[in-house]
Amino acid sequence: MSVLNTSRGDTARDTALGAGRTARTPGPRKDFSAWANRHRKWLFAAPAMIFVGVLIVFPLAWTLYLSLTDSQGSVRAASEFVGLENYLTVLSDVERFWPAVGRTLSFTGVALACEVVLGMGIALLLWRPFRGEKWVRVAILLPLVATPVAVGMMWRLIFDPNIGFVNQLLGMIGIPPQPWLSGQDTALGTTIFMDIWQWTPMVVLILLAGLTSLSEEPDEAARMDGANAFQRFFFITLPLMMPTVIVAILLRGIDALKTFDILYATKGKGGGSFHEVETLNVYAYGLSFDYNQYGLSSAVLILFFMIIIGTMWLLTMRKKAVSK
Amino acid sequence: MKRRSIVKYAAVAAALSLGLTACGGGSGSGDAKAAGTVRVTLANHVWTEGIKAAIPEFEKATGLKVELTQLGEDQLSDQYNVKLNAGSDEIDVMMYRPLQEGKAFAKNGYLADLTSKVSSDAGWDWKDYQEGPVKASTVDGKVVGVPIITEREVLYYRKDLLQAAGVAVPKTMDELQAAAKKISEANPDTAGFVARTGKSAAVTQFSSFLYSFGGDFIDGSGKSAVGSDAAKKAYSFYGGLIKNYGPKNVSTDMSWPEAMAIFTQGKAAFYTEADSLYKNATDPAKSKVADKVGFAALPAGPAGSKPYNIPSWGLAVNKASGNQDNAWKFIQWATSKDRTLQAQKAGVPGPRASVWADPAGTSTYPKDLAEAIAASAKNGVGHDRPEVVTVGKAREIVGAPIVATITGADASAAADTANDAFQKFLDSEKK
Repeated sequence: MSVLNTSRGDTARDTALGAGRTARTPGPRKDFSAWANRHRKWLFAAPAMIFVGVLIVFPLAWTLYLSLTDSQGSVRAASEFVGLENYLTVLSDVERFWPAVGRTLSFTGVALACEVVLGMGIALLLWRPFRGEKWVRVAILLPLVATPVAVGMMWRLIFDPNIGFVNQLLGMIGIPPQPWLSGQDTALGTTIFMDIWQWTPMVVLILLAGLTSLSEEPDEAARMDGANAFQRFFFITLPLMMPTVIVAILLRGIDALKTFDILYATKGKGGGSFHEVETLNVYAYGLSFDYNQYGLSSAVLILFFMIIIGTMWLLTMRKKAVSK
Repeated sequence: MKRRSIVKYAAVAAALSLGLTACGGGSGSGDAKAAGTVRVTLANHVWTEGIKAAIPEFEKATGLKVELTQLGEDQLSDQYNVKLNAGSDEIDVMMYRPLQEGKAFAKNGYLADLTSKVSSDAGWDWKDYQEGPVKASTVDGKVVGVPIITEREVLYYRKDLLQAAGVAVPKTMDELQAAAKKISEANPDTAGFVARTGKSAAVTQFSSFLYSFGGDFIDGSGKSAVGSDAAKKAYSFYGGLIKNYGPKNVSTDMSWPEAMAIFTQGKAAFYTEADSLYKNATDPAKSKVADKVGFAALPAGPAGSKPYNIPSWGLAVNKASGNQDNAWKFIQWATSKDRTLQAQKAGVPGPRASVWADPAGTSTYPKDLAEAIAASAKNGVGHDRPEVVTVGKAREIVGAPIVATITGADASAAADTANDAFQKFLDSEKK
């Protein structure tokens, strides 16, 4: 009796369940949902993976492929596989490639150093609340929101040797006009100045965020022990800020290495008549769009990519060491 | 269709610009053909302004719709590099520079062969086109474009300054030099002479000096000629004029907008530039010296006055376009005798002989400019830059001695260096 009862109950439940299932999920859908369940970690990651694949991996692989061919004129034209020939050509080019490497590194190095030092100074000034703080912050952030090409064109007008504002201003106080952007030796420095003008605010923003999240205790303790402002900054604040500083250097450094727009907007193709501001990016752009030498240009870009990856790796190592 | 072109763009944009800001946006509609749309890409130019205003007439007459994209010169050429490279069919009619990109584009198979189309319509009249422009838009015996704008180099000068200094309009290069010297010495704030100084930009304007001194970029046997005696003299003369009598703190990056600005600000007495830009100097809205500008033919050098006479822009049909018949209809209309006359009256020197012969064609031009153009058209040379495939690179090589001379280097040594580099370049193109 009891057996029968149990069995009947089971059967009834089974039937009910089975009927319910078939009614709610037809065959293929059931299969899909089971499959989706088993692969859900891939499924959820798929959009991001497709994005990375189409926009990062594929272009990179294609560039790598092109850098091993003699592709020129048109990307669709027949090209031959030439192995590492493009790399040899580029690496032995002391006229354009190596000077461009030098300019890229010095542009990044100088701009970055100035931006971090200036940025730290400004962030420290803005750290403690004061009257009109909001307005000052907005004013400081203004250069950041301008388009780099527009910034380049604006400075180009300001620095024009004959009709520019800066030289006229200097003239008023008796200083002879300077060549700024048009001088062979001064052009790179002037573009570095523009980069500092535009991007220091970003460094300020990052460092300020870091400063506000610091705990006050170590600073107060040092104050009680009679440390002066200088000592407190170098022995307390700066060491605590190091991870943030490295993040700022990392973010800004990669950006500075890749700088293209302000250089192109101020000096045009080839970085000026003497290639005075030709960085790797500008050089690669010229090779592609002016000379249509895609193989060579791709080789430059792959080498450039390796420089960026290398720098990034060094900095992340450093950050890990500091964070410990 | 759409998906395929996105992948193609990704490929080409990647190839062209890893790490750069690529401009590969595909926004055109794939079904344009069915909808009767012609997609036209034009450069920012006075000609474009005129045609833009007249497009409704074309739309009304043909029932076609025109989708217009307008870009700056450099952006235009970058756009072509990306889109045509990807084999995009999103451009039907394209404004291009026959001497700058014509050979390369034709070689890459970007331009449709228009030979049968241009000869099919007697009323439209291909025979009416001047010889130089036709030659420049023909590659390997095939017509690949229809010229729309022609240019010659002329001398712009300041009537008031010449009068005050008591000098006549220079007829020879020597007179030009003497006049520039005299005026710059008498007016410390004014340059005697201004012209383009950018390595690449200056090449086209320097070319007329080169020809007038008896030289050329490439000699009859296809060898580099920028190291010849004539070329050395031309480099030294052009660079010397700017170095000695040019604006103070002269920049070595000037193209026409910068040089023109100096002239129109009243800061220079003489300026050599393309005639097609004359409106910038005579328009009171753009020029402080609009009523004081005079024009003359390029002064004669040892080999005479030999300015270039070239088509600076033309219209072509994208070979990948599936809409070529409608594209041709647009070109036929935009380059008709009537439209050319209208454009020319608005200040764009055209390529049609009949329009130049028509008094209405020159009625809006300053009289001295019309005379200078007529003289230049007669003894003009059909190119203003080396006639090669990779023009951009060639310009940088042959332009180097110009900037070297401006900054005070020895013209002869710079020309020799450029000659070797240019010969190497020419050899590499032959491969």
